[in-house]
Amino acid sequence: MKTYNNKAWWLVLPVFVLVAFSAIIPMMTVVNYSVQDIFDPSTRYFVGTEWYREILADPRLHDSLVRQFIYSFCVLAIEVPLGIIVALSMPRRGLGVPFSLILLSLPLLVPWNVVGTIWQIIGREDIGLYGWTLNSLGLDYNYASNPRDAWITVLVMDVWHWTSLVALLCYSGLRSIPDVYYQAARIDRASHWAVFRFIQLPKLKNVLLIAVMLRFMDSFMIYTEPFVLTGGGPGTATTFLSQTLTQMALGQFDLGRAAAFSLIYFLIILLVTWVFYTAMTHNDDKG
Amino acid sequence: MAEIRLEQLAHSYHGAPSGPADYALRPMDHVWEQGGAYALLGPSGCGKSTLLNIISGLLVPSEGRVLYDGKSVNDLTPQQRNIAQVFQFPVVYDTMTVHENLAFPLRNQGQSRERIDARVREVAEALEIEPLLNRKAQNLTADEKQKVSMGRGLVRDDVAAILFDEPLTVIDPQLKWRLRRKLKEIHQRFNVTMVYVTHDQLEASTFADKIAVMYEGQIVQFGTPRELFENPQHTFVGYFIGSPGMNLLDIALGASGVEFDGHALAVPDAIVDQLRQREGGRLQLGIRPEFVQLVAADDAVLHGYVDLVQDQGTFKIVDVRLDTPSAPVIKARLGEEASVPEGRTGVHFPEAWQRFYIDDHLVGVADENL
Repeated sequence: MKTYNNKAWWLVLPVFVLVAFSAIIPMMTVVNYSVQDIFDPSTRYFVGTEWYREILADPRLHDSLVRQFIYSFCVLAIEVPLGIIVALSMPRRGLGVPFSLILLSLPLLVPWNVVGTIWQIIGREDIGLYGWTLNSLGLDYNYASNPRDAWITVLVMDVWHWTSLVALLCYSGLRSIPDVYYQAARIDRASHWAVFRFIQLPKLKNVLLIAVMLRFMDSFMIYTEPFVLTGGGPGTATTFLSQTLTQMALGQFDLGRAAAFSLIYFLIILLVTWVFYTAMTHNDDKG
Repeated sequence: MAEIRLEQLAHSYHGAPSGPADYALRPMDHVWEQGGAYALLGPSGCGKSTLLNIISGLLVPSEGRVLYDGKSVNDLTPQQRNIAQVFQFPVVYDTMTVHENLAFPLRNQGQSRERIDARVREVAEALEIEPLLNRKAQNLTADEKQKVSMGRGLVRDDVAAILFDEPLTVIDPQLKWRLRRKLKEIHQRFNVTMVYVTHDQLEASTFADKIAVMYEGQIVQFGTPRELFENPQHTFVGYFIGSPGMNLLDIALGASGVEFDGHALAVPDAIVDQLRQREGGRLQLGIRPEFVQLVAADDAVLHGYVDLVQDQGTFKIVDVRLDTPSAPVIKARLGEEASVPEGRTGVHFPEAWQRFYIDDHLVGVADENL
């Protein structure tokens, strides 16, 4: 005899509790702050959408949002193709496999603030490998004073840190392609480009979706590395969204505006990620 | 279109093979003639696929040469050899439509759009996949995908040969039969050499004019289905072809001639002479179940009791356990209307269908049987 009841909900309950404490309750707190002006627990005023209207008109948000989008776009435009190229050129068997896997994993194991410190030193024109080399080639490079140089350094640092992730994801995707596909392509006299375009790329689609979303979200929320490297400067050249938010929330203790900012920030990430996801999967259902 | 010749071809997956056991393919010479329909038949792991991949160039043989029309192609890639191969499991290009899949090998050769379209439609019609032409390949069923895979092999009309590596494994039985007929038709229409790898003797004999039976990395016999049935050159062929396979009895040479478990058997003198010349090897008598006769006890040298009767619908397989010291089981295949004897029965092997083997290899038989 099968019995039909709602007992299975008890099995799902732990997840609900966990998600409630880890995500829903903290987020509701932020929502709470974003619609009220709170001085202390007993002194608070409901302000409706005022914080939102103020923050949306704030030029600081506009500037760092534009900076943020350009930055994330550059990160994806460099790291995704580069990661695919690295994955394609990695050995498929032999001793080279563990060697290249370990080599690629190394940057991923370095903590974010250490990455910032490393590049702070490498970029120095007196003792840093990168800064000294550029300067001795006759290029006037100084990431601490030149906004363009600071930008490039932050970008190169991210490429150094995270291209491995894309490469490793793509490599695992490539490894899952059975040999017989390559054999069939040789029999069909396909060119190298055709093998990439019609066998490798379609099989990489799913891992690329993950790679693009991870790299977009991470780069859109980047904080530690530029904070350590440039402190957001020179001026505000490398002040990205999360740093603007931190200054507002912790520097100026402007919690209402910061809460509204956070929610808008969150919705932007959600929206862009959804757009990526939909764009990359909508072809699946077509026959 | 080409004749494919194998010269002293051998292959080992080990770097330095030290004995015959290290070879996936043992040294062989063989010819596939232009325009023939051949089957390569053998159990799993006998080297069939290895041989096929060497012919197509996916694998470079460690020894010997592959010749197309007398020219060595050892150093040529599959692309340069211009050969088609269909694999066991479907390989389709997911993002392309069925039409694009079929056109792909031709587009890679740079053929004109009109010619490609005409060829694709011809092959799609032959394989009955015309309605699918505009569908995306990734949404097809396994059957349909395999048809597309086969189509990509058939679409090129200038290939040296088309190789099939157990192409119907994933296809359901009814369609299997139809596709085999289709392949046969296509073979007759385009007159292209086809080599078809399978482990199913029925599949081999319905498709091929001549069958090469492989066993432990060697082609042990190459012949028509009838030759394989009537004169197996190797005990493995006797055992593998036929349903059930050949009965094999260990025999010995005695003072009076050929003996089995102490019973003298009537064997032509010519055979006995040959057996005597090569004494020392393992001697076996082989007889197909179709030719075993169950007779009255008084009319036979060997006797036994019926162990088991399997009724297969159109025939019966009768297991008779002989009452000799080693008590082997002899299988006899009887017609549906034949009566199965009860109790002790005589077992008779007609002389014309007795085959003798020394160390698994056939000893010459009287020519009139060939």
